[in-house]
Amino acid sequence: MSTELTFSQVDPYAGLKAAAGIGRADILATMKTANIRGRGGAGFPVSVKWNLAAAAVGPEKFIVCNADEGEPGTFKDRLVLSEHADLVFDGMTIAAIAAGAQKGILYLRGEYVYMLNDLETVLARRREDGMLGQNSAGRIGFDFDVEIRLGSGAYVCGEETALIESLEGHRGEPRNRPPFPVDTGYLGRPTVVNNVETLAWAACILARGAEWFNRIGTEQSAGPKLLSISGDCENPGVYEFPLGVSITEVLKVVGAEDAKAVQIGGASGQCVPAGNFERKIAFEDVATGGSIIVFGPGRDMLDVARNFMEFFVDESCGQCTPCREGNEKLLEGIEMLAAGTCSMKYLRELCSLGKTMQVASKCGLGQSSPNAFLSIVEHFPDEILGRAEGTVA
Amino acid sequence: MLVSNRNRLDRELDVLIDKCGRQRTALMPILQAVQRKYGFIRNFAMQKIADALSIHPVEVHGVVTFYSFLSEKPRGRFIIRLCRTISCEMAGKDRVAAQLETELGIKFGETTVDKRFTLEWANCMGLCDQGPAMLVNDTHYTRVTPQRVLEILEECRSRLSPHAMQGAEEEHLV
Repeated sequence: MSTELTFSQVDPYAGLKAAAGIGRADILATMKTANIRGRGGAGFPVSVKWNLAAAAVGPEKFIVCNADEGEPGTFKDRLVLSEHADLVFDGMTIAAIAAGAQKGILYLRGEYVYMLNDLETVLARRREDGMLGQNSAGRIGFDFDVEIRLGSGAYVCGEETALIESLEGHRGEPRNRPPFPVDTGYLGRPTVVNNVETLAWAACILARGAEWFNRIGTEQSAGPKLLSISGDCENPGVYEFPLGVSITEVLKVVGAEDAKAVQIGGASGQCVPAGNFERKIAFEDVATGGSIIVFGPGRDMLDVARNFMEFFVDESCGQCTPCREGNEKLLEGIEMLAAGTCSMKYLRELCSLGKTMQVASKCGLGQSSPNAFLSIVEHFPDEILGRAEGTVA
Repeated sequence: MLVSNRNRLDRELDVLIDKCGRQRTALMPILQAVQRKYGFIRNFAMQKIADALSIHPVEVHGVVTFYSFLSEKPRGRFIIRLCRTISCEMAGKDRVAAQLETELGIKFGETTVDKRFTLEWANCMGLCDQGPAMLVNDTHYTRVTPQRVLEILEECRSRLSPHAMQGAEEEHLV
C-alpha cells in the first residue's frame, strides 16, 4: 500500500492522448490485457462491456459515468471526482473512442451537488483544451461531449438500468435484464455504464500500459483498488490497496487491529468476523465496491443489522414483491430479536426468506439486501439470540 | 393561490421549462429546478410540466414521489438532512439528532411553523470518514457535534433577512 494514490501520479490528458493515438482496436486490446473488472461492485470485465458496446449497432451511443455512489460506507468516488475529475473524463472519452459513442453523461448523486460547479469548470477547461467538443483529443471526426445530470436521492439509481430510467425522466425502477444497456440502454441506444473509479483506472491504464496494471493484484482481480474505510478505526479515509490484500493487512494500516468484525461491500455486502480476517479482498473471495466499515469490540451487531435493514426498507423501489415485503419482514425479525421474542424456528424461516429474496428479487438491491442479515445471524448467533427486552450483548 | 401569483408562476415555469427542454428526458432537470426555486412542487406545477412535456400528470407525480429530494409538500427554506447510516450512527448521530429536535422544537420529518427549517433523515451521503455528516440544502457539514448544532442553525438564520418569510404561504424568495 502506498500513501499516495496512483491517481495523483498520472497526468490529466496523458491516458486520453495515448488512446487517441492508437484508436479503437488497440484500446480494446489494452483493456483486455489489463484484465480490469468494474470497480463499482459487480466486477464485470471492462473490455467485454466495451467490446459489446463497440459491436452494437445504433444511430448513436452513450457513455454514462455512474457517480451515484450510494452504498453505505463508500466515499472513494467523492474523492476521485473532487481531486481527479480529469482522469474520470479522460476515461469517459477513451470509452467513447472504443465504443464509438458521441455523448457522455455523468450521473452525479444529488448529495454531491456541491461538486457540480467544480466539475463544470473542469469540463469547460477540457473543451478549451480541445479534449472535448469537435475533433476531441485531436481525433478528426470524433465529436464527444459530456453533460452532467443530477440524481435526487435514490440509492437504487446506482443500479445501471434504474440510473438509465432516471436519466430518461422516469421513476428509478430497475429494468429486466437482458436486454443489457450495452445493447439497449439510454433512449434504447447502446450505452456503456461504468463506475467513476473504473473510468479513472482506464485512463491510468492507457497512460501507463496494461502490463503495469496487470502485474498488481491477483489473477482474477487485477490492479489496485480504492477502499473507503470508516467506522471504528484510527485513520478512516480512502486508501489504495492491491486487490488480493488480506483484511488483516488493511486493518493494520488503518489502525483497527482490535476489530470484532468488518462489513465489506457496504449494506449489501457481507459481515466478516475476526476469525476470518485472513480472507482476501478480491472478486474471487470477499468482493467490494470499496466500502469497508469496521466494528470495534463494543459494537452490538444487532444494532448494525437493524441499521442496514432500515436502510433497505427505505430504499427499496417497491417494484418487486420479494424486496418490498421481504426487507420489511427481516427488519421486523430484528425488532423481535432485540425484544427477545424471536424463536429459533422463526429465525430459520427468516433466513429462508432471505435466501429466497437473493434469488427472486429483480435487481441487485433485493438480491443483496439480506446479505448483512444472514451473515450476522451466521457469525453472531450467541449475540443476537436469547435477549431480554432492553439488554445488549 | 392568488390568480396574480399563479400567473407569475405560470410565466416563471415557462422560462424554466424552455431552458431545460420539452422532451421527457428533461423531466428530472425541470423538477430539480422547480424544487430548488420554490422548495416544493405543487400540483399546478406538475400539471403545467406534464402539459409542456405532453405526458400525463400522473407520470410527473409518480416521479416526484419516488425521489426523496423532490417534494409535493412545502418544506422549509433550509432542509437539514442528517445521515443515519451506520458509520454516522456509530459516530454519534443520535445525539446530534436530539439536539436538532430540541433547538428547533420539531421532530424529524417535520417543518418549523415559520417554514424556515425542515428536519429529515438521509441515507449514506458519502462522508462516512467524517461523521456525523449533515447536509443543509447543498452545503455539507462534517463531524457535527451537539454543541455545533446551534451555531449551524444561527448561520442559516443569518442568511435570511428578518422579513424574508413573513406571511410565507407562498414561494421561497430566493
